Amino acid sequence: MIRFLRQQAWVLGLLALLVVLFIATKIIQPNYGASDFTALMRAVLPYAFAVAAQAIVVIGGGIDLSIASMMAVTSVTAAVMMNGASEEFALVVIPFVLLLGFAMGALNGILIVVTRVPDIVVTLAMLFVYQGLALLILGSPGGAAAVWLKTMIAGTVPIPGVPDWITMWIPNALVLLVVLLAAVWIPLKRSHIGLSIYAIGSSELAAFRSGVPVARTKIIAYGIGGLFAAMGGLALTISTGIGAPIPGPYLLASVAAVVLGGVVLGGGRGGLVGPIIAVFILRLLRTDLTLLSVDPNATTIIEGTIMVVVVMLGAFLTMRGRSS
Amino acid sequence: MAKNYGAVAALKNASLSVLPGEVHALMGANGAGKSTLVKILTGAIRHDRGTILVRGKAHEVRSPGDARKAGLLPVYQEPSLIPDLDVLSNLKLTRTPIEAFRSWVKELGVPELDLRETARDIPLAIQRVLDLARALAVEPDVLLLDEMTAALPADLAERVLGVVKRQGQAGRSVIFISHRFVEIAAVCNRATVLRDGETVGVVDIEAGVEERIVELMLGAKIEKARAAQRKANEATSVPVDAGTRIEVKNLRVGTKLQDVSFELKNGEVAGVVALEGQGQDELFAALAGSTKPSGGTIEVDGKAVKFSHPVDAVRAGIAYVPGDRSEALAMKQSVRENIALPFSASVRNWGPINKKRESETVNNAIQRLQIDTRAQREVQRLSGGNQQKVTIARWIAADARTILCFDPTRGIDVGTKQEIYKLLRQLADQGKSVLYYTSELDEVQLVCDRAIVIFGGKVVDVMPADIADEPALTRAAYGLPRDATANVGVLAGAGEAQP
Repeated sequence: MIRFLRQQAWVLGLLALLVVLFIATKIIQPNYGASDFTALMRAVLPYAFAVAAQAIVVIGGGIDLSIASMMAVTSVTAAVMMNGASEEFALVVIPFVLLLGFAMGALNGILIVVTRVPDIVVTLAMLFVYQGLALLILGSPGGAAAVWLKTMIAGTVPIPGVPDWITMWIPNALVLLVVLLAAVWIPLKRSHIGLSIYAIGSSELAAFRSGVPVARTKIIAYGIGGLFAAMGGLALTISTGIGAPIPGPYLLASVAAVVLGGVVLGGGRGGLVGPIIAVFILRLLRTDLTLLSVDPNATTIIEGTIMVVVVMLGAFLTMRGRSS
Repeated sequence: MAKNYGAVAALKNASLSVLPGEVHALMGANGAGKSTLVKILTGAIRHDRGTILVRGKAHEVRSPGDARKAGLLPVYQEPSLIPDLDVLSNLKLTRTPIEAFRSWVKELGVPELDLRETARDIPLAIQRVLDLARALAVEPDVLLLDEMTAALPADLAERVLGVVKRQGQAGRSVIFISHRFVEIAAVCNRATVLRDGETVGVVDIEAGVEERIVELMLGAKIEKARAAQRKANEATSVPVDAGTRIEVKNLRVGTKLQDVSFELKNGEVAGVVALEGQGQDELFAALAGSTKPSGGTIEVDGKAVKFSHPVDAVRAGIAYVPGDRSEALAMKQSVRENIALPFSASVRNWGPINKKRESETVNNAIQRLQIDTRAQREVQRLSGGNQQKVTIARWIAADARTILCFDPTRGIDVGTKQEIYKLLRQLADQGKSVLYYTSELDEVQLVCDRAIVIFGGKVVDVMPADIADEPALTRAAYGLPRDATANVGVLAGAGEAQP
């Protein structure tokens, strides 16, 4: 138990910070209610997938700058395919788009492994390639999304026997996020390939010597990153009802939340829960600052400052914990 | 086996044959090709020519995974546990049977191991033992141990040697790489000796065989060394006793450097001779201020000093010249800028650089060194030898009183080597002192006044240059008596487990 607490200290700390932020929100805006939370959740959804995508790549010792562009490609592809098509056709669109995301991510990985060009350069180049691709598919925001998909992330979950005042705080979007992430992450974490991703991130040489196929593992890590990015792209299309060829600020947000979430840039350490909580913190913080009607320019300064302080504080506490 | 790196042949014609149930030593001087051969056998690098046969069947070993399948399992010098994973995950990663691992850990004498501990938090020595236990747990046909006992405390080392010996008795094979004759005598049956990338002999381990092994390792160099010695005796001058510049007392650094004491006099070039990994890196790092010692004292001009940063060493007039030039030079800057850097970079000289003084000093240094090039050229375009001259020149320009040279002539042509020797001798004649680590033993008599031999983290011998020929240095570096005739034979007890 004590070991569990120590290992998860960072995540628990973030959770506490999130609770504090919720309380602060309630104080700033006494009528902040379930519907506001549902709205926040829907806004968080694409960010959360972007963060998951970045987290898995960073754990494997890499970085992917093309995540937002991959989200744009998958978003417009889904919107164009579903435009004017039947409701059932969406059942074909979703697996296709997820596969497309995996393929784009894996292509990044293959280029890095084969050309030996640094990951940051390869994925920066691919950022532009995928962005161009998204604009070729759909020149301006448009397309459509199946209605049943749109209703899926709206509203809350009715659970029989549980009173409304509880279920109204469980938005569909949150359930969807948790289910999808868990469906990929939990089997991965328990598999040999998941272990291998942590291994190559921690020490590529030691992993190679332990018989880990380094190149293949790296490609798969990027591929799974692409898969999460595709989920993010789908979430974008579904929540807005149209495809967006120009990606939002998901790239920098993903790196920020990954770092704040306790994943070490350089690889090998961290998980998925921390970054996801971190993305909630960053979004809620922005909401609070907006509610306080802080100048939007000052908002970014405050966000950046809080990130640096939290990460530094965390590093300081970890070091003290190690030496004692 | 043959392996080339570009034009350099790391292995030319190496053969190794290990019998079932045999503990086989692989020996050779630095650069003989031992580590290349091990890397090939374990799939870390690909060979150019040659075959690997396991039980008479040819095997393609393209990756560490292939080597595992062929039954070849290495334990490297640096632990290969994944630092951020716990022990259990590390075992799962290599699909190691956990129960077998546990029993080996117990057998190797590690008390209370928590499988949930993160590898990074485990002491290095224990990590190495866990590495060994992990390899033993899959019952490999051939176990490759590269300097397994280095950096292990004595009790653990003893356990390890016991286990290695029993592996042989149980009919499994071990390839055992070690610089310590005592260990080889205790556990090995035969030894293969490499020299310059070729197998030069296979000997049975028996009393008195260490002389034969040293001879094989050196080859024709024994005669050459004698000739060089006669020449060197004329070149080296005995330094005038001008007081002690640096005195090192009972210095300990990390796990490698155990207890080293010596003094460096003004006007002296003292050679440091050691096999790889005997603590010389740590010694130089401590003197250059980049590592903090864990015990002992360093005195400069009779005053105890504590360096917490290389700047402190530079202020005390101690300059470090690394073997790897790229560590010391700004490769894309000009020769002039590189030479000017240390003396204009001191804290007091913030602000504009005094161009006149700079060019005087730099020109002076360049002239003295005969760097045959214009000073405006980028350093990376110079030959290795000229680059090394620039590294030394900058410290002359900065007026350092002591120069620490760590294998400075590695990969440099003969002519330039001679110039560097001459330069260092000139510096000594001016009263400066030089500490000179070299992996090429014949250099000792060409530049040094004395040789300090380090083995197992301790000074085992100090000899004046006139007797420090290659055979004597080699024997001393392996922890043997320096004189062949005085050798009472550490292998007398061969066959008995006496680590």
